[in-house]
Amino acid sequence: MHDTRRPSDTSRLVAKRPELTMLSRTADSLYWVSRYVERAEYLARILDATMRLSNLPSSYGGAGSEWQSAVATAGCEDTFAKAYGEANERNVCDFLTFNPDNPSSIRNCLALARSNARGVRTALTSEMWDALNGAWLELQRFEKKRMDREEFARFLDWVKNVSLVFDGSAYRTMLRDDGYWFSRLGVYIERADNTARILDVKYHVLLPANEQVGGSLDYFQWTTVLREVSALTAYHWVYREAVKPILIADLLILNRRMPRSLAACYENISRFLDQLGDSYGRHGPAQRQARKTLANLSNTSIDDIFQHGLHEFIEDFITENNRLGGTIFEQYLQ
Amino acid sequence: MRIRISHSIAYAYAEPARHITQILRLTPRDHDGQHVMSWRIEPTVDGRLRATQDAFGNIVHSFSADGPIAEMAIKVDGLIETSDLAGVLRGTAERVPVDVFRRETLLTAPDEALRRFSAEATHAAGTPLSQMHALMEALHAGVACIETDERTGVGAAAAFAASEGIAQDVAHIFIACARHLGMPARYVSGYVAQSESLRHANGAHAWAEIHLDDYGWIGFDAANNLCPTDTHVRVATGLDFSGAAPARGARAGGDGEALAVRISAREDGSRLTEQ
Amino acid sequence: MAAFDEMTGSGAELRPAYDALDRWLKEAPPEMLALRRSQAELFFRRIGITFAVYGDEESTERLIPFDIIPRVLTKPEWTRLEAGLRQRVTALNMFLADVYGPKECLKAGIIPPDLVYRNACYQLDMVDFAVPHGIYCHIAGIDIVRVDADTFYVLEDNARTPSGVSYMMENREVMLRLFPELFATHRVAPVDNYPDQLLATLRSVAPRTASSDPTICLLTPGQFNSAFYEHSFLADKLGVELVEGSDLLVKDDVVYMRTTQGPKRVDVIYRRIDDDFIDPLVFRGDSVLGVPGLIGAYKAGNVTLANAVGTGVADDKAVYSYMPEIVKFFTGEEPILKNVPTWRCREPDANAYVLDNLEKLVVKEVNGSGGYGMLVGPHANKAQIETFRRKLKAQPEGFIAQPTLALSTCPTFVASGVAPRHVDLRPYVLSGANGISCVPGGLTRVALKEGSLVVNSSQGGGTKDTWVLDA
Repeated sequence: MHDTRRPSDTSRLVAKRPELTMLSRTADSLYWVSRYVERAEYLARILDATMRLSNLPSSYGGAGSEWQSAVATAGCEDTFAKAYGEANERNVCDFLTFNPDNPSSIRNCLALARSNARGVRTALTSEMWDALNGAWLELQRFEKKRMDREEFARFLDWVKNVSLVFDGSAYRTMLRDDGYWFSRLGVYIERADNTARILDVKYHVLLPANEQVGGSLDYFQWTTVLREVSALTAYHWVYREAVKPILIADLLILNRRMPRSLAACYENISRFLDQLGDSYGRHGPAQRQARKTLANLSNTSIDDIFQHGLHEFIEDFITENNRLGGTIFEQYLQ
Repeated sequence: MRIRISHSIAYAYAEPARHITQILRLTPRDHDGQHVMSWRIEPTVDGRLRATQDAFGNIVHSFSADGPIAEMAIKVDGLIETSDLAGVLRGTAERVPVDVFRRETLLTAPDEALRRFSAEATHAAGTPLSQMHALMEALHAGVACIETDERTGVGAAAAFAASEGIAQDVAHIFIACARHLGMPARYVSGYVAQSESLRHANGAHAWAEIHLDDYGWIGFDAANNLCPTDTHVRVATGLDFSGAAPARGARAGGDGEALAVRISAREDGSRLTEQ
Repeated sequence: MAAFDEMTGSGAELRPAYDALDRWLKEAPPEMLALRRSQAELFFRRIGITFAVYGDEESTERLIPFDIIPRVLTKPEWTRLEAGLRQRVTALNMFLADVYGPKECLKAGIIPPDLVYRNACYQLDMVDFAVPHGIYCHIAGIDIVRVDADTFYVLEDNARTPSGVSYMMENREVMLRLFPELFATHRVAPVDNYPDQLLATLRSVAPRTASSDPTICLLTPGQFNSAFYEHSFLADKLGVELVEGSDLLVKDDVVYMRTTQGPKRVDVIYRRIDDDFIDPLVFRGDSVLGVPGLIGAYKAGNVTLANAVGTGVADDKAVYSYMPEIVKFFTGEEPILKNVPTWRCREPDANAYVLDNLEKLVVKEVNGSGGYGMLVGPHANKAQIETFRRKLKAQPEGFIAQPTLALSTCPTFVASGVAPRHVDLRPYVLSGANGISCVPGGLTRVALKEGSLVVNSSQGGGTKDTWVLDA
């Protein structure tokens, strides 16, 4: 019975279309609900891929630095260093999953998603709410358990599934108006940030200087990168050749067919911002900024990027993406 | 006595404020024994300053300004001519029925200790007037008035339990006791001019006024243990501090507020400076 | 003291209104009733679920038990009740306009002035301020109890922010789903037009400067308030934004809500925040729920608050006792609805009577609320009675006393089967520039414990659907 945000919004076909009104707080909450759910899924992917890497015999793996790298990829090295000394499997898994003091633990991401949703309950469809509320209850069951590796793997799968269900509910049940667009913007801004962070932490293994013949240590690092964005299969479909760092970078940065690539994220961000701008009758700095980034991603080649420095490119992108988040906030959410 | 007052309330924000609204009760009115010769209120940032009156007849300025504002101050300057009427108030604009001042408020709610104190302090006194004097004596002796900018008021009962408080607290205790004894009482915020004989002077001050059938309103400054004289400048009255506070504000943004208050109230030596 | 039963009267006869229901109850197997009850509970969990029932650490709300047997009022009963409610609410609004304006009723000695002036709910800021369209109490919830076939008493006038109307609507919704056959045999007056009436009322009181399509919003203290479900329910049904204090801003005495398209002007605020918390610049400075500057905008005539600030003076317990005189003074008519007989202890004769009969009476502190400072004589022990005797002697003006009433009972489905339980009724009366309206019925609250007279949900009370039969 709460499928629609407001009755007035459904009357699209009448001659005088009612003015859209959305509280900034509502839009802000929708945006952050999506960001937190997306982030929770991303954390689960990092942990999943890192577990796999750490399971390799040490002659194949990164000699234990993979856990440090997971913390870096999650973007919370400082908080981790304060709470724990050593980056080992136990500490990192604990920190990134249930630690209540880590603002970006999976637990806190889901909790924040739910409390944001709760405050704007009627702006969500009941399917979206059920997905979040159910996840929150289920999470408490997981939290109480002592988990072995198998159980932990199940937990990570479950987190990914929560995100799928939530995302699918939003896609299938939300009215296509500003509420939907803000929620989508949250997904793609977060996703772009996540993909960029993986590249930022792992850029060195993708650089030509480090490239060795197939079967080297780096091979497993590369496939880990692909696994973190669940793109290993996609890679083979797209390139039909052995895993090569420059192609991984191409796939994750420029390939619009790859849903987690920076280009695909910006295609969506720009589209949803344009739809917002159209329906509000006004385009502003957020639209211009997103278009500029998208154009940049479209007009560059992966060779250019490597030539000018992959690391610099990624760092610039992360800064720009954060800036766009800030611009969206100033333009719509405050 | 001619008293020159300058009062500055300065705010600085670590993060600039986007919007500021202030309600200022900083403007005295004329009545017998108090004549406002000149008075200016000046905010240091551009904004909208509008004067109205509240239910008690206080002059209220509402000030609002848009940011970003990193710092701002409200500056008040004025000259008042006073005469000593032994605390008896005449010629004020009384807007609300006296019964209103029998209300208990959050800050003036008495507890058991205060009720006992009011009874014990006044049981030997005969007339209501002498009861109030006895109450003032006892309060002055029993509760120390602390001179500080660092503290905010804690309310009558808490201050009484601590046996000390700022001038605001002392006034609240007096009001709580008087109301408990059935007398209409109100809070006064104002200034006291620098003086050799007074402990709590040269600055903002607060005291109480009691309504007695035979006299009307009479002031009682328990912190100084006397009824207001020509050193006292009345600015605003209310049921308690919250209704007479010199400045109440709200802002958007502006985290990390630092507040600096400077007040001087002195006898004006040179009559030639009159404007 | 045998209570009047709304189905069987004094016990023997069957009152006609309950004819069909009685037949149905006799045929209905208890298992079916139990099944339907659990289905009803499921329904409430599903809709209320969103805020409460999951035992997370933030939740403070529980489900209020719902009784599946409706309470039935006949058309003539309701017609008289409604006339009484209209009269009462008219008088409440006139009283408020008077005490904040010319004060004729004080001058005429209808009510002692100090009862008004000493009352903390009498908002001095409202004195001589003309509220938009002269209406103070736009939404009133008048608590009614019944003691026999013909006598309804007003127990309390809720003139501030009465709650519970969402239960009235959801109760009907669940009954329609679970017992369609009962609605086929009873012509029950609908209640689902309440949101439309409320919206029309709110629109009608927009400031005269507002456009013909005023912007309305509902101001809630937030998701941790116990009535948040109702706030969100009503905002949804009204099609208006549900705002928190931080969603509103005041600039140059105009109220705006922060939207994704910039500030949008607000004309009418249905506020579910108490006076004390509504504007930290005027009332409690420690309130983070309110909107700084709101009272300034209100007094500048740029926004309507529903209900107006300061309506609490009209539903105060001491003022209550003068309501019959107030109704008569302002409407010039005899009150249609009676007050519960009330002794004002400030009057020496009354106090003497009260002191002599403490063990029979309910004594209430004038400024107390929520059962604080209350003595229920028949259930009190000697020590409690003596404590009150001392209080009454020391400060008689602080108290009123009432007889313990035998509230009417209605058939209720409890553990032992169908049994009579005490009920009250809260109809919701809307007052706007468009007149007064009142959907038939209201919220019936029922004391589920045998013999209990306490219908409050915090103390084992439940609710029922209330039917006004059209034929």
